[in-house]
Amino acid sequence: MKAILIRGGRVIDPASGLDAARDLLLRDGKVVAVEHPGKIKAPDAETINAKGLVVAPGLIDIHVHLREPGQGYKEAIATGTAAAAAGGFTSVCAMPNTIPVNDTPEITRWMQAAERGASARVFPIAAATRGSMGEALTDYSAMRDAGAVAVTDDGKPILADAIMLEALRAAAAMGLPVIQHAEDTRLTGGCSMNAGPLAFRLGLRGMPVEAESGLVERDIALLKKVKNGHLHVAHLSTKKALDAVRAARKQGLHVTCEVTPHHFALTEERIGLYDTNAKMNPPLRGESDRAAMIKGILDGTVDAIATDHAPHAAHEKEQEFDRAPNGITGLETALGLAIKVLHVQHKMPLGRVLALLTTRPAQALGLAGRGTLAPGSPADVVVFNPAEKWVFQAAESRSRSKNTPFDGWELQGRVHVTVSEGCVAFGRQ
Amino acid sequence: MALTRATVRKRKELSSPSFFYQPVHSGSAISANDFSVAEVRRILEAADALEKENPLRRATRLAKRRVALLFYESSTRTRTSFELAAKALGADTTLVSSLSSSIEKGESLKDTGITLKALGAECIILRSPYSGAPYLLARATGLPVLNAGDGMAEHPSQALLDLRTMLQFLGIRSSAVGEKTLRGVTIMICGDIRHSRVARSNALLLPRLGAKVILCGPPELLPEVAASLGSGIEINRDFDAALRRSQIVMMLRIQAERLAGLEIDLDDYRGRYQANAERIAAHAPKALVMHPGPIIRGMEITAEVADGPQSAIAQQVHNGVPIRMALVARALSGGEHGGRKGGRR
Repeated sequence: MKAILIRGGRVIDPASGLDAARDLLLRDGKVVAVEHPGKIKAPDAETINAKGLVVAPGLIDIHVHLREPGQGYKEAIATGTAAAAAGGFTSVCAMPNTIPVNDTPEITRWMQAAERGASARVFPIAAATRGSMGEALTDYSAMRDAGAVAVTDDGKPILADAIMLEALRAAAAMGLPVIQHAEDTRLTGGCSMNAGPLAFRLGLRGMPVEAESGLVERDIALLKKVKNGHLHVAHLSTKKALDAVRAARKQGLHVTCEVTPHHFALTEERIGLYDTNAKMNPPLRGESDRAAMIKGILDGTVDAIATDHAPHAAHEKEQEFDRAPNGITGLETALGLAIKVLHVQHKMPLGRVLALLTTRPAQALGLAGRGTLAPGSPADVVVFNPAEKWVFQAAESRSRSKNTPFDGWELQGRVHVTVSEGCVAFGRQ
Repeated sequence: MALTRATVRKRKELSSPSFFYQPVHSGSAISANDFSVAEVRRILEAADALEKENPLRRATRLAKRRVALLFYESSTRTRTSFELAAKALGADTTLVSSLSSSIEKGESLKDTGITLKALGAECIILRSPYSGAPYLLARATGLPVLNAGDGMAEHPSQALLDLRTMLQFLGIRSSAVGEKTLRGVTIMICGDIRHSRVARSNALLLPRLGAKVILCGPPELLPEVAASLGSGIEINRDFDAALRRSQIVMMLRIQAERLAGLEIDLDDYRGRYQANAERIAAHAPKALVMHPGPIIRGMEITAEVADGPQSAIAQQVHNGVPIRMALVARALSGGEHGGRKGGRR
């Protein structure tokens, strides 16, 4: 592995608060030096000229669906992580709703094996219950030892109080968070979008915001009974649920949450005439909820921007709205949307935007050493131009699937180079 | 079509991911909002003219053009009248229904549409249990799609034939239709609004002609959000009071197939919302009573009212053929009856 010297860039490392002109030397898969421009002498290193560009810790997405094992026609670990690298991500946390469900240490290890050909580090998230059936817990100790960083039944929320309580307790004992896809499915049967006037007009059944907030409130009530418990709310989408997280945080509870780019960039209006590339779960909401997501991001309540990258094949999305599967891809558009919406439109400092994509998600899921450029850390780096406007073309995506509502969108902030553990995982000429 | 390089290239473009950006053919009729008021007038006028026309001459209009009827749900009135309408114009029709086709084997709507197009269909009339399905079919085929009812969303041809029935009752000529035509007219739609595509299409269409629309029914079947469909729409759950204000009363059946676990106390429902002879005599003795069918006698409407002198139910069915003739002609004429040109073929 050749050493890499990244010269002349503006280094932003939210973990240390650094935002200055620096050179960066990566060697043997680690960050070895961050110095004033011109100070580092490394004649053996490959040099990347980062003049005019931002150099930041490789981005971290704590919510992706890589579809492997079992659904290679949608995505594979190799293709999903290639898309991640193209989007500036060097670490992704893979949800367990694969086929079979990731509920054993064998699957967890298989996902991380070198043979998968990953371009970014894959941190598996284990199923919270066997087969994600919501009945019997998986072996959290064994899953953690195999590399799992959290437990969840994402997509199949844990409804039974007793099981959720047991999961929170067992996970706390292992130092793992429980991630909940907060949806009271008793209120959302047959629903394919957000409840409200638009759903009524389109003749689609709508999910009420209470289906999300109610379960978040329930989970928080359960968390109070658990010593050292950690609840992480996935893809939060409603003001009501965000308020519940805020209140819980004030009470000192360990509750973290993530928001997707589509929930801060889009509203349900994007569905238009039944465009299934705007169908996901939780659904796109109304403008007041979207505004609440922005507010929660700006005031610090939100811990992470996570994409919920959910690839589906064209033939699955080109179906009637009610029949099409939920989810959109997101790895290649996340940074461009975050900069465009949060930094440009809402004046959020770039360092804080990056914190939501690096150090804070690393903290939320306990990804030791990730999301920082501190010497000794894994050599995960993204080099991007925060001012560059570009048009995202779904057809050019590295993901095996192209189901995105952002096809043809102008974004701001373009990745030039992604280095993952010392290797160039993506480079734009 | 030979597989030339050009067609292969074309196919590559068609399979591009921006499927949902494909345009919908302008001869389509998918939503009641697809028609401007002027277009509504032209369709009504075309229906009048086609109805009066010599059948032999009429049958030359679309002679040997191919129209496919694709029905994923059962239907008596709509299917028959669309078929008769297309045939009256001389078109060849073919019916594909979910129980006798490859749909049973799992063929998608997109592939079924592409198959029908390859067989020469120039227009597809679709009924689907899924809201929005006509847009999918229109994007997949580039053909004009006539919506014969999609899920809970819309049934625009029904709204047009209902309008024709109302105008006949009110003594208003088609040529007089404009934005103020129904000013001062109050129309009540009562029953299972939540699940009704007929209610949605009517509620979108009628206020644009100046009508006041009162929606009536219990909260389970008529959520408050229904009033947001447009201006000129109000909710009044007092059936008798709403009857007293209405010149036209449209009753709807409870759609048992779409209740999805919702439980309705039917005795209570009948007590509150049934159109029976005493009620109609007491509160709306001059009103026109309509129902898109199928009617459930003894449920939302009694036999006496359905068969009584105020009932327009048979007239509504009758109006189905001329309205659908106008829609099929519009779809295949490339704009003659008001359809905008420039649709992708």
